[in-house]
Amino acid sequence: MIGAAGYTLFMLVLVAASVIEGSMPIFSFEGIGFFFGTDWNPVEGREAYGALPYVVGTLVSSAIAMAIGVPISLGIAVFISEISPPRFGTPIGFIIEILAAIPSIIYGLWALFVFRFWIVDFIERPLYEAFGGTIPLFARTPFGLDIFTAGIVLAIMIIPIISSISREILKAIPNSQREAAYSLGATRWETVWKVLFPYAKAGLLGAAILGLGRAVGETMLVTMVIGNAVGANAIPDTLFSPSQTLSSIIANEFNEAVTVFHSSALIALGAVLFILTMGINVGARLLVSRMVKVTPGAKE
Amino acid sequence: MSWMSSEEYANTTSYKLSLLSDTKRRGYKVSVKNLNSWFGSKQALKDINFDVKENTVTALIGPSGCGKTTLIRCLNRMNEMTSSATVKGSVYLDDIDIYASNVDPVIIKRRMGMVFQKPNPFPTMSIYDNVAAGLKLNGIRNKALIREIVEESLKGAVLWDEVKDELGKPGLSLSGGQQQRLCIARALAMQPEVLLMDEPTSALDPIASAKIEELMNELRKELTVIIVTHNMQQAARVSDYTAFMYLGELVEYGPTKQIFENPQKELTERYISGKFG
Ligand SMILES: Nc1ncnc2c1ncn2[C@@H]1O[C@H](COP(=O)(O)OP(=O)(O)O)[C@@H](O)[C@H]1O
Ligand SMILES: [Mg+2]
Repeated sequence: MIGAAGYTLFMLVLVAASVIEGSMPIFSFEGIGFFFGTDWNPVEGREAYGALPYVVGTLVSSAIAMAIGVPISLGIAVFISEISPPRFGTPIGFIIEILAAIPSIIYGLWALFVFRFWIVDFIERPLYEAFGGTIPLFARTPFGLDIFTAGIVLAIMIIPIISSISREILKAIPNSQREAAYSLGATRWETVWKVLFPYAKAGLLGAAILGLGRAVGETMLVTMVIGNAVGANAIPDTLFSPSQTLSSIIANEFNEAVTVFHSSALIALGAVLFILTMGINVGARLLVSRMVKVTPGAKE
Repeated sequence: MSWMSSEEYANTTSYKLSLLSDTKRRGYKVSVKNLNSWFGSKQALKDINFDVKENTVTALIGPSGCGKTTLIRCLNRMNEMTSSATVKGSVYLDDIDIYASNVDPVIIKRRMGMVFQKPNPFPTMSIYDNVAAGLKLNGIRNKALIREIVEESLKGAVLWDEVKDELGKPGLSLSGGQQQRLCIARALAMQPEVLLMDEPTSALDPIASAKIEELMNELRKELTVIIVTHNMQQAARVSDYTAFMYLGELVEYGPTKQIFENPQKELTERYISGKFG
């Protein structure tokens, strides 16, 4: 017990200390402006490093992934646990477990060589042709390596994770709750929406946050499809613009970061990512524990 | 309980029942005809027949596993929620065969309320919202009407005096006996014609049980009650009619007094005198 606690604490302090130490040079160079700057130039003599575009890229791509992934995941979980007979639900559940275990680089390869062309042909270009002239969000000729593709592929990656956990959570709801709803003349849909979701909201939120954590930190897959823009260009002005996330720029540039400031800037981006994921985790925990408090059902 | 005329109720819910041609079946509220039920290949109910009069309390008794729960769950089509269960035969509610293909089971459940063995209030809802849940599910939006029905129902379940000052508290903050009365109030709020109760007092202490038994006398005036119990004294105290079941069959059915004082079948006699079960 004490050993385990000691080890985890030691690792946390060690990682935090190295990250802080490694980031020091760039903070002495850019100051607090590092967080808000949008330039990114590693050429010696003209150096400028700003984290903002990658924070934006990370948040926007994850938001797209959540907006697409969470409803679909809940739909799958509800279908398996509440609608389909076990002889369909069990195999579907099994397939989802397998999908959840696929390494993300495989999703990335598939997206890069196959799926992004479908996205362009079936989603992006039709949207562009229909609304490109009127809605700024779609006003860019799509090529498929952009923040929208990254968001969709991230969604595809997190759907198996969120739906398999959500399914477990729904399955754990006592049958007496469903029967109570049905006995009041609730339809299946009303039972799911008005009884099961409220009952399980803390757990379902936890599942979604876990997916968010994966999306925010995901590296290879994003690097392969997001278009890897740099500097102010990485702030997407349309859905179909290339962008960059905190982890993708680190993956793109760690190899060529030979100057002190460049490598320090990448480490500082790592620190920002670390804070972001910590923030999500802590925030999620607070949210969940607050829900559990107002939900006496949790102690049942 | 007269807060809604049946016309009003019909307007607030989507009444889709089509009346079959039969006349109101010989004055009975519920008629069970040749009812059989299976779980997988195992038969749980064998050719059950009996009729229940309006404004009576009917007790289903019998040893554990004899099919009481299965039978009562067949009466409002709750049993089909169990995926392995199949049902054959008919159950009439007034003139309607609830198993006819054109009958919406959702409507049947609105007309036949149910109270379960273990209290199952909705844990995320307050006392008030638990009682109002069925009304809201059925599209009633009128706040004043809901408030009135919630109060009536809680009074009907003899819980009002205990909770009237804390309606906003979670339903789960109540004691077990209060929770069960909350569930009864929740069912009453639907203004059901029939109330089905599956061992509603088995999880409760004697005082809470006594409260619910007293309630039965009040409920009988408003609706038709069918109650499962494996407590024979309870059956004798609260019911007008008693059905004794054994191994999935209905062995004997008649006025409670007759079943307990002068049973016609030897098996019934042995059961009520405590020789098995
Ligand atoms: N969900 C189910 N699946 C399979 N068998 C069941 C199920 N529910 C009840 N049974 C069986 O049906 C029979 C009747 O059970 P039940 O109606 O619960 O009896 P009682 O309520 O009288 O104790 C028992 O043999 C029981 O094992
Ligand atoms: Mg039972």
